[in-house]
Amino acid sequence: MKAPINYAAYPDESGHFGPYGGKFVPETLMPALEELEEAYLKARSDKDFMAELAYLQRTFVGRPTPITYAQRLTEHLGGAQIYLKREDLAHTGAHKINNALGQALLMKRKMGKTRIVAETGAGQHGVATATVAALLGIECVVYMGTVDMERQQPNVFRMRLLGTEVRGVESGSKTLKDAINEAIRDWVTNVRDTHYLLGSVLGPHPYPAMVRDFQSIIGHEAVYQMREGEDGPQRLPDVIIACVGGGSNAIGIFHPFLNFENVRLIGVEAGGHGIEGGEHAARFADPKMGRLGVLQGTKSYVLQDDDGQIAATHSISAGLDYASVGPEHAWLRDQGRTEYTYCTDDQALKGFKLLCETEGIIPALESSHAIAHVMELAPKLPKDQIILVNLSGRGDKDLGTVMKVF
Amino acid sequence: MTGLERIRATFEQLKQEKRAAFMPYHAMGYPSRPITLEVISALAEVGADLFEIGIPHSDPLADGPTVQTATYTALTKGTSLADCLAMVRELRASGVKQPFCAMSYYNPLFRYGVERFVQDAVSAGVDGLIVPDLPPEESEDIEAACRAAGLATIYLLAPTSTESRIRMVAQHATGFIYLVSVTGITGARTELPSDLKDFVQRVRKHTNLPLAIGFGISTGSQAAAVAQIAEGVIVGSALVKAAGSEDGVAAVRALGAELAAGSHGLTRV
Repeated sequence: MKAPINYAAYPDESGHFGPYGGKFVPETLMPALEELEEAYLKARSDKDFMAELAYLQRTFVGRPTPITYAQRLTEHLGGAQIYLKREDLAHTGAHKINNALGQALLMKRKMGKTRIVAETGAGQHGVATATVAALLGIECVVYMGTVDMERQQPNVFRMRLLGTEVRGVESGSKTLKDAINEAIRDWVTNVRDTHYLLGSVLGPHPYPAMVRDFQSIIGHEAVYQMREGEDGPQRLPDVIIACVGGGSNAIGIFHPFLNFENVRLIGVEAGGHGIEGGEHAARFADPKMGRLGVLQGTKSYVLQDDDGQIAATHSISAGLDYASVGPEHAWLRDQGRTEYTYCTDDQALKGFKLLCETEGIIPALESSHAIAHVMELAPKLPKDQIILVNLSGRGDKDLGTVMKVF
Repeated sequence: MTGLERIRATFEQLKQEKRAAFMPYHAMGYPSRPITLEVISALAEVGADLFEIGIPHSDPLADGPTVQTATYTALTKGTSLADCLAMVRELRASGVKQPFCAMSYYNPLFRYGVERFVQDAVSAGVDGLIVPDLPPEESEDIEAACRAAGLATIYLLAPTSTESRIRMVAQHATGFIYLVSVTGITGARTELPSDLKDFVQRVRKHTNLPLAIGFGISTGSQAAAVAQIAEGVIVGSALVKAAGSEDGVAAVRALGAELAAGSHGLTRV
């Protein structure tokens, strides 16, 4: 038997999860990363800071989000019992606000900076950032690929309503990756007064660890709600399923369960039009294009060609449409602690529709990937098994995309 | 002579002549392979002392619009890392003698294989390596390979660099240190930052290596101003833009001559 792994000891001091992670950024940003890490470590052990964060999570975000027993979905699939962790009910409609609030408060209370830049794919992180910027009175600029602006128009309008400047990005594939490049360029230029509010467990250290910690509130609540809460089954789930783009909602729910070795943790990547044609965003599922590499500050699995140029990705879901994956996911996968699978666009749309019709919940297309995998897995499991799904966001933002299909 | 020794000899020679180095950057493969070769040959003739050979990458996050567009064009024409090394080989064969520093983001090198890259680069005629998204903290493998092969490892410092980071970078750097003139991305600017002199002085306290300044320099008089406080003047975007213009090579030749004159102290500030 191998020795138990101390998951809390990662990343190491230099920001690595085994061979993954690290800090691959221009020198101009290195001092800012050191400053951010110092501020974050201080805040984490500062009772006043943590109390203010907890207060805002309760009174502004609406936490804890409930767990919902999905009775009709369970009956329909005829196997394992299905519970949903309802991040779609958090203010702004997705888990992204957990991290946005944490980082914005950190900047405001501990860092002496006055301006935020952020990237967004689906627009959920952008809306969350614009929201906390309005709440805390911080100037905010969000970069968004013009392809994503087109498919997520309501979120663009929301951000503008909240007083944020949305800047369209025309370079590259005009999606999330290009928005991150532009946000980093802005950050490099304005680093003295600007904080980069990165929205997933990506980028250079300390972002993957810090974003994970801010998102782990999902898993901490879920452990309690499943095991002891009045609306739960009074025991831990057997399986947890979450979609994985950069991987922040997945890490958020997985991390507090890592030490419960009997709980299977499954991440679902975006299979797009299928793996074989190369039009997807499934970093772990495509051994030809998904290779170890460095993108936007961190070493992880990256979809790329033989020359190390980053591949164009495709997913119906803008929030999963990204060429790399959080370094901690890659490391946990190597340890055999987490598993990854994928669903295609079509499967995700079926999951979307099924949850609408059986549970009266319109899920985000991102979260629909997790539902799609539940459709596959639940019927194969006995009825006394329990699956917990992280329903990371609501689907109102996706109506434009979905209306073209149904 | 190793690449590092060639770079040292270049700066040594210039020091005796009391001149700063004119160090042009070119995005390899832009606007085309033949014009790339002509551009570099032309710059070699009008007074370039050391070249930066830009290897294209799909995600150049430290670059402004000019270099982004140029490297994107180079990539769409199929310019690979191996092609860039082949161009270096060809330039050497045609008689270009100045040191070449390859400038590449990390992922293309990593994918090619760090050791294999260093060997192939040296055999093609590359003398030094600059990786803008690779700080010393992550450079162990590359440094070991470069040291063994005699390739200079050139690091960047920025106005935001703290004393402790300047000290660390100075310990890792060989050949010269690349000072980024502004907090920002590459691209021509109309004015040099006012605190440039202070920045140079902060770095000098920790190193005797030659210091080359880049980012934002586009005219002969800016080059002349930089040449008064540093050992090297790096120009990228302005020359890349010229290379992509209608009279490409001729425009590069004219601007290159102006910048060389500035760098070499032949222009008034």
